Amino acid sequence: MLKDQDRIFKNLYNDMGADVKSAQTRGDWVNTSELIAKGRDWIINEVKVSQLRGRGGAGFPTGLKWSFAPKEVGSRPHYLVINADESEPGTCKDRDILRFEPHKLIEGCLIASYAVQAHTCYIYIRGEYFIEGQKLQLAIDEAYEKNLIGKNAAGTGWDLDIYIHYGAGAYICGEETALLESIEGKKGQPRLKPPFPALIGLYGCPTIINNVETIAVVPTILRRGGKWFSSLGREKNTGTKIFCISGNVNNPCNVEEEMNIPLKELIEVHAGGVIGGWENLQAVIPGGSSMPLIPSEKCETLTMDFDSLMAEKSGLGTAGIVVINKDQDIIKCMARIARFYKHESCGQCTPCREGSGWMWRMLERMAKGEATKDEVDMLGDVTNQIAGHTICAFGEGSSWPVQGLLRHFKKEIEERNNLDPIVQKKNNIPYLVDQHLLDKKNA
Amino acid sequence: MSLRRPAKNQPETFEFSSSSMKEANKIVLKYPEGKQQSAVMALLYIAQKQNDNWIPLAAMKYIAKFLKMPYIKVYEVATFYTMYNLSPVGKYFVQVCTTTPCMIRGANKLVEACKEKISNKENELSNDKSCSWMEVECLGACVNAPMMQINDNYYEDLDKEKTIEIFDKILKGEDPKPGSYRGRLNTEPENNRKTLMDVKNA
Repeated sequence: MLKDQDRIFKNLYNDMGADVKSAQTRGDWVNTSELIAKGRDWIINEVKVSQLRGRGGAGFPTGLKWSFAPKEVGSRPHYLVINADESEPGTCKDRDILRFEPHKLIEGCLIASYAVQAHTCYIYIRGEYFIEGQKLQLAIDEAYEKNLIGKNAAGTGWDLDIYIHYGAGAYICGEETALLESIEGKKGQPRLKPPFPALIGLYGCPTIINNVETIAVVPTILRRGGKWFSSLGREKNTGTKIFCISGNVNNPCNVEEEMNIPLKELIEVHAGGVIGGWENLQAVIPGGSSMPLIPSEKCETLTMDFDSLMAEKSGLGTAGIVVINKDQDIIKCMARIARFYKHESCGQCTPCREGSGWMWRMLERMAKGEATKDEVDMLGDVTNQIAGHTICAFGEGSSWPVQGLLRHFKKEIEERNNLDPIVQKKNNIPYLVDQHLLDKKNA
Repeated sequence: MSLRRPAKNQPETFEFSSSSMKEANKIVLKYPEGKQQSAVMALLYIAQKQNDNWIPLAAMKYIAKFLKMPYIKVYEVATFYTMYNLSPVGKYFVQVCTTTPCMIRGANKLVEACKEKISNKENELSNDKSCSWMEVECLGACVNAPMMQINDNYYEDLDKEKTIEIFDKILKGEDPKPGSYRGRLNTEPENNRKTLMDVKNA
């Protein structure tokens, strides 16, 4: 288990209060100006040394992303945008950071804004997190009052304004370019990439977009050194991560742990075990609903990081772990996820708009045992027609869970759905044109 | 995609109240000059708050003029995002999360409670017209499942009985306390905490 002194989010459960004073006792805002005085290159390099990868799902190296921002500010200003549109089923980590560690996020915003030369930072919070947004606004107001942000923020000589922009219930706005569209006051429909937001982003200006957790860990990385962060976990999968363990466990919880921790340890030690015992485990969704599920046999030895889950044809995603035990109908569980994606498709690309609904209806039928055997293969085929054929990664996100189900639970689906597709001779089917052929004896 | 239609009965006019106007003017300042269209989402939300939790077409027209943008663009935004109610909802607007993490912890029991206490159908006002409910997609409080949102507040770690208790309160016009209904601290593992012990109850 990770030692308490190596935990970044010491107020994850709000034992101490989220105000600026208690945040300062936890080490926030202590020597911010000294960190920034070391310069842009030092900051970006230290983040690169830490091998921090984005915590929003894709796991892109953060230092590298920052280095994509133009070196010189041209005629267009730079922007920093924080993605707090947390809506991936199974994930609720950013919520706790917004509520209980807002100053880690705000300080991270200041450092990141300096590193990418932005004077304005927008934090895009999902509309449902209204209370969390208010708490963050309170912290922002405190920071303005103490001159930690604003003109000459925290005595660094850098000016920074932070604004909150609320979403209004669209999962797709967690996709970075849809999020930018949404801030611009449009429908949240993703843009084609390239051009990438680092060059042409918000209002056509260079924009760096990061997840809440990514930005919130940066101040601690700079204070304790990139080497410290990279000493946790393993090569290219370093540091700590907030895991959300939900579903059929005895004590569902959020917990910050070291990267590469065994899944079994997370479930057994922190979440109090699977309901009905470890033998009752059916499958685990390891990283939010878009990641393919992992069957129980593999959960025994599985470790939780980007690359080891990739090797299992799944992914760490947002580290929202959904535990499903044998009391649940796995096909129904996945059908419900498919319904989520059908509801949240933005409707821009045909494969996703039509396909997500098609997959949902098909899975509902399969849950009831009303499908034919060859439709199982057809479903697999349709997922391949969606994934990779859309503007954004929603196509993959909606078809991967179905592919995961087909990969590991095909037998269960086929057992339940054994309708014979061949028209039986005795069937009198009124709309069949060739009915007379069936009526003939040797047809 | 979700299908959303404006209500049949629409008020003729809409205007910001003075407090809404003040708030709206403040929000427009968050965005660079000439980019006031960015404020459309926040302004729709203000209009919704002012107009008993739903947005009439007149408000969209008003906001279009306010932000000097085409009406159709406001309409697009209002119909795209699911948190904008395009027809009247209850003063207490109950949203039950039924996505998989909540579903496997018994969100259907919460739906049953809604049907028994509020109304048999989604989006239908209760007998006293104060309440309505609907199923929604993931609200992002999965480790506190099953849960629901009433207006701005989250009610977590529920079961059918506790949900009915909450509904009894709101039907009487009281505001029940938000948060966990099993008495645990936020997202900590209930009675099983192994981390950050030195700061617990500090």
